[in-house]
Amino acid sequence: MADLSTNFLGIKSPNPFWLASAPPTDRETNVERAFRAGWGGVVWKTLGEDPHVVNVSGPRYGAIHGGDRRLLGFNNIELISDRPLEINLQEITAMKRKWPDRAMVVSLMVPCEEKNWEAILKRVEATGCDGIELNFGCPHGMSERGMGSAVGQVPEYIEMVARWCKKYSRLPVIVKLTPNITDIRYPARAAKKGGADAVSLINTINSIMAVDLDRMCPDPHIDGKGTHGGFCGPAVKPIALNMVAEIARDPETAGLPISAIGGVTTWRDAAEFMALGAGSVQVCTAAMTYGFKIIEELCSGLSQWMDRKQYKSLDDFRGLAVPNVTNWQFLNLNYVVKAEINQDLCISCGRCHQVCEDTSHQAITKMVNGVRKFTVKEEECVGCNLCATICPIENCITMVPQSQGIDPRTKLPYGRPYANWTQHPHNPACAVK
Amino acid sequence: MTEKNPNLHGQWLDAQKYAENFGDLHPPLTPHQAFVEADRCYYCADAPCQTACPTGIDIPAFIREIMADNPLGAAQTIYNSNILGGACARVCPTETLCEQACVREFAEGKPVKIGALQRYATDVAMDAKYQPFKRTAKTGKRIAVVGGGPAGLACAHGLAVQGHEVTIYESRDKLGGLNEYGIAAYKVPDNFAQTEVDFVLSIGGITTKTGQALGRDVFLPHLLRDYDAVFLAIGLAGVNQLGFAHSDKLGGIEDAVSFIAKLRQAKDLAQVPVGKNVVVVGGGMTAIDAAVQSKLLGAAAVTLVYRRDQDDMKASPYEQELAQTHGVTLRCNAVPVALYGNKDWVTSVECAETESRNGKFLTTDRRFTLAADMVLTAIGQVFVPAPVAAQNDAAKMQLLVGEHGRIVVDDSYHTRVEKLWAGGDCVERGQDLTVAAVEAGKIAAASIHHSFSR
Repeated sequence: MADLSTNFLGIKSPNPFWLASAPPTDRETNVERAFRAGWGGVVWKTLGEDPHVVNVSGPRYGAIHGGDRRLLGFNNIELISDRPLEINLQEITAMKRKWPDRAMVVSLMVPCEEKNWEAILKRVEATGCDGIELNFGCPHGMSERGMGSAVGQVPEYIEMVARWCKKYSRLPVIVKLTPNITDIRYPARAAKKGGADAVSLINTINSIMAVDLDRMCPDPHIDGKGTHGGFCGPAVKPIALNMVAEIARDPETAGLPISAIGGVTTWRDAAEFMALGAGSVQVCTAAMTYGFKIIEELCSGLSQWMDRKQYKSLDDFRGLAVPNVTNWQFLNLNYVVKAEINQDLCISCGRCHQVCEDTSHQAITKMVNGVRKFTVKEEECVGCNLCATICPIENCITMVPQSQGIDPRTKLPYGRPYANWTQHPHNPACAVK
Repeated sequence: MTEKNPNLHGQWLDAQKYAENFGDLHPPLTPHQAFVEADRCYYCADAPCQTACPTGIDIPAFIREIMADNPLGAAQTIYNSNILGGACARVCPTETLCEQACVREFAEGKPVKIGALQRYATDVAMDAKYQPFKRTAKTGKRIAVVGGGPAGLACAHGLAVQGHEVTIYESRDKLGGLNEYGIAAYKVPDNFAQTEVDFVLSIGGITTKTGQALGRDVFLPHLLRDYDAVFLAIGLAGVNQLGFAHSDKLGGIEDAVSFIAKLRQAKDLAQVPVGKNVVVVGGGMTAIDAAVQSKLLGAAAVTLVYRRDQDDMKASPYEQELAQTHGVTLRCNAVPVALYGNKDWVTSVECAETESRNGKFLTTDRRFTLAADMVLTAIGQVFVPAPVAAQNDAAKMQLLVGEHGRIVVDDSYHTRVEKLWAGGDCVERGQDLTVAAVEAGKIAAASIHHSFSR
């Protein structure tokens, strides 16, 4: 059995799966249930100053569904903790005492004044928690009050607050980043510059989930009006993966510990984030969709996969994919793949033909010798992968690297040595002619 | 005064049981079930299901419309190809047509439930009294359609939409043909056949004349004289007889077609007589429908006798299974050779086992006897040319009827007689399928319409 134990900034947990600061970590009852289920840690629902905020009493959540109403994306307009600070602090204290082996990180959001941060940090540190996460991410409700993503969108503020936190607390400081910006590297660099020990990302993405076409207002709505909320769930994972990778491979932030968040639903998602350098992963939507029991699948899946790969600990594979994330101009333009359709697996739905015909390169037949048959025309196939991605059967269409012979499409030999755009004669900036 | 067999009567069951037995064989999909099922469709290109449908319904399109919560749009897509899409959703042997071709059948052995989804969409449309068509301006052309079954209705609708005036002549009291008179009641419960007839007629421009039989009340030469075109869809009026001599005085012997018609028209199913022991002869859909319904009416033992292997049955494997799960005993490779009875009614059927030897079909000496209070024959229906021949000249008849004893038509269902089209079971290319009849009517309507512009 692979060892899933995690040490993130010295915060130890039996597995890398933490519940993100969100509704599931709002109170002792939920956290107790989570720890019993086996979660490695929690980031407590964001604490603010008293008087505590109030939430709407109408719908807080919206979703988009795939086939069979499987939840693909989720959003919320819930604010930070809507309970008195003291109650939260007491419960955090009790929970950390009862579950000493679990990670207990406390999320914080107070106005951007040094004294406010100083005041709350003292009280939080007294709970015995393991670390703090600065909520610079929430895009709704709090941002309009100058907190949350309003801070996360200004690197100078991030740096300033991170510095205060390091000044007034001995606890590890994790800065939670908002994806509602143009370049995630800037806030990450600012966090590092301010002395933060780590970043966590992504927080939710600004979104309107749907429009009610009868009422002509956002759906869900509060008394006929709707507002933007934070988008999360499986659909945001690709955005999160990219942002994690950007920080992991940025020379200025390389090595900065990352707690990854964004659509982690199965063990595989978690492994992918870790391969891009994450030290722990945070989960929310999957738990809110299926309940806490999914932690069993997460741990079992990750551990089984590590055994298959002979990884003994999380450090054995952490970050292994980072060097392979590059910029477009460094991709090998002489790498040629052609789609190949496994005729034994093909069920003849014909979608590959249809989409290639309509939207790509007319490279797949639908009839061969008068019979319905789907085969790739090598002379037309550009290897784009569209057919494979839309095929309903796993592994029926594969992209096969070509090494021998001549590409009938370009008339160039296969297997030519690595060459990229920076070396290409069509590149105006290319020196080689 | 002949006496009646005490083992041949109605009232075998209590009233509630009749209602249960003849309720919907397959309850309709709920909206949730329809969404889940619609999600399974892969939206194939040049979909095999559509190719397999005799009317060529754009199945991926209508399923996608259901998936997108647009059931009326789905219904419109269905009706564009098949105006009797509601009946076909219920009576089509989908397991040998669209669902057999479904790529999910190939991939998983579990096709998308196309028939059930089609029913879902058309049910929504029926409940909403949705009218997907609008007649174009009146043309003044008049067409006589003889026979108000699926082929006749489809043809009449296709012509009415184009602005022509149609008169349907129907020999029975109701339109609908086999959907009304010839198919098992549990496949089209709740008077669906008439609901659908009303829907088809609601387009306007169609006059119906029921109780008007060709060759008795109306005559083909007169119709050809009085109308711009005529479409014959008179089905198969005759049935094959048992291949051996037997007393026609014996009570309890009936052809399955009239048994089913009687059952379908019964106001009270408890009044439909059925034997304690029933023997059904035949291996097609009609045989299965008669056998299963006999059991549902309360028969204690129903045996279906079929002369060849079970694999050779015209009834689909699904229909065969339906019979077996309803307790019908299948005796394949056997033929009846004699009927026995007392002076008034049949009491047993003697059968001979059959076999194929070197491609030859033989009746052996091995015999067995089945107790029978009722014998239902379902050994094929035949075209009866007399109504067409009435007052018609012999030369024209020669042209009309082909060597297989049905009306000869070309690909557009035009006969060899000017202004005369024909379709459905009465033509040589007929397939004894509702959906094929609808297609014939549809194509004939298009051909007739086209002929007016020539």
